Amino acid sequence: MLPSIIVYGLVNSVILALTAIGFSLTFGISGVANFAYGAFYIFSGFLVWMLLNYLKFPLLLAIIVTIGVVGLLGFVTYWVILLRVRGIPLSEVIATFALGVGILELFRWMGFVTYEFTLPYLKKGMIMIAGVPLDYQRLFIVGIGLALVLFLYYFTHYTRIGLAFRGIAQNERTAISLGIKSDLTAALSLAFGSAMGAVAAIVILPLGIISINTGYEVLLIAVAVGIVGGLESVPGILVASLILGYAQIITGTYFKPEWMTVVYLAAIVLVLAIKPSGLFGKFKELEERV
Amino acid sequence: MKFRKERLDRGIKARCEDIFALSSYREISYLLFPRVLPVALLLILPLLQGVIGLYWEKVLMITCMISLLALSWDLMASVGLISLGQALFFGAGAYITGYLNYAFKLPPIITIPLGTVGGALFSTLLLLPVLRLRGVYFAIVTLTFPLLLARFIETTKILGGTEGISALSPLPNVWVELYVPVFALLICLFGFRRLINEDYGLVLQGIRDNDRAVMSGAINIYWYKAQAVFIAGVAGAFAGAFMTHYYRFVGMPAFAMDYSILPLTAAVLGGVGTFAGPTIGAFILMPLSESLRAVGTLRVVFYSAILIICVVGLPEGIFRYIRRKYHQFERMVDVG
Repeated sequence: MLPSIIVYGLVNSVILALTAIGFSLTFGISGVANFAYGAFYIFSGFLVWMLLNYLKFPLLLAIIVTIGVVGLLGFVTYWVILLRVRGIPLSEVIATFALGVGILELFRWMGFVTYEFTLPYLKKGMIMIAGVPLDYQRLFIVGIGLALVLFLYYFTHYTRIGLAFRGIAQNERTAISLGIKSDLTAALSLAFGSAMGAVAAIVILPLGIISINTGYEVLLIAVAVGIVGGLESVPGILVASLILGYAQIITGTYFKPEWMTVVYLAAIVLVLAIKPSGLFGKFKELEERV
Repeated sequence: MKFRKERLDRGIKARCEDIFALSSYREISYLLFPRVLPVALLLILPLLQGVIGLYWEKVLMITCMISLLALSWDLMASVGLISLGQALFFGAGAYITGYLNYAFKLPPIITIPLGTVGGALFSTLLLLPVLRLRGVYFAIVTLTFPLLLARFIETTKILGGTEGISALSPLPNVWVELYVPVFALLICLFGFRRLINEDYGLVLQGIRDNDRAVMSGAINIYWYKAQAVFIAGVAGAFAGAFMTHYYRFVGMPAFAMDYSILPLTAAVLGGVGTFAGPTIGAFILMPLSESLRAVGTLRVVFYSAILIICVVGLPEGIFRYIRRKYHQFERMVDVG
């Protein structure tokens, strides 16, 4: 039982981290809480499905097109809607929330609610790790998760756009005075966050069916992980994912699988009561949160 | 030739600003008209069952309920607490009422007040650790609470689980069904407007505008926030409690997204922070959405579109626009 907990706890943790990282990236850079994130996630799933089944794209092409389209969608969302309400948190939240609900409910209305909507595994089969059977898809998720974190580290430390991201996140006015375009960076951060959501959706969604309610749940995961770890901190996201991921698997193994979602609620309330800025959230602690 | 639009207060407005300066029936009616008209309409509408039909009377009732939720949203917004989960109040009130009626066979006249206070208390206790958060963070957490509670009920199978609790006691008669919501709405609307202009309300608005300044005045803002959430919760939980007995059913739909997004849309459409605005918003939105019942869940898409358009294009809201037109006149001035 113990090896199984360790392996599946890790897989679950990586799933949580992958799900949360796009939301957290956008928020950390531009301060926009993209409440349409869950909807973009589900949209990616349906887009891949539609490209595969209606237009008969090969899988790899469908994936690349989807990531591009969703990234563009994030960019356009910023440029068309958020630019006009920037700096008014209430309006930002309401606008993205409305966009997200609108997209999700549009899919519900279009009839995307049956069990036929599943994405194919990237590779079928399984291997044994320490006596625990693990299929390639889950192994793949762990791989993609690690790759994405490494890429993110490289990207934010060694590329111009990445450095601009960090500059805006640290001090927007100083960054502007150094010639970094605030709006463009924010739009790009939304595009990157959305594209990462698409990547997460494409590797995670094959494990189950694509259901509309997952869209709301994704937001829930992103928020729970973000609050436990500190919304703007990547190490915080990773540690929080590990804590929540293992807590869920342990709860599922020793109590009942149904209790797994309750872990989020308990974790949110506990962390908020003890350390409201999250385990790793340092900056913005006084000014914006508490 | 260039023109600029100039806005000037009407003379009658300047004279009527303080109530003791009223000197004629014309001035009195200038002040009373916008207040008496909606009250009179609300009181008369339930009597017109023969004219507008029972179906639209039911729509009136549901509109009053959504207005209550919108008012409760607006009161929280007046303290700077932006809620994306008004369904929490609705659901809490609904479930407590439903359970009391189901388990102890209490009549609606007892369960509705108990459910209202109990639901508000429960929601306040749940939100208590979160009240330290501001702005976006608070919004994020409130969004998750109704979702999580619905999941909690689904997974633990308490309170009827996914089936819900049905066959609850009905309301006594159609007059109760219609007039209780109307009076609840009027009490809430004028009560909240009065409350926010009292000294107490000034503290609440102060917390919204600059909570640090209020803290430095040796006022415990968390205690005030908790009180405001409780008052808002009473309005929201009453809607849930009442609807439970109207539907004679309580289940997971009580935590549905509709009860979060409808009040929000109504408030943003009508004008945040005015109380009259959210009510107007609800009275525009709900009949509109009823006439769109045929399109099913596309309605939610439609609310979302309204919400985005209003947030981006009409941030002041309908009520402030109407009020400006009523109090001011506009003319074009030549600026060369």
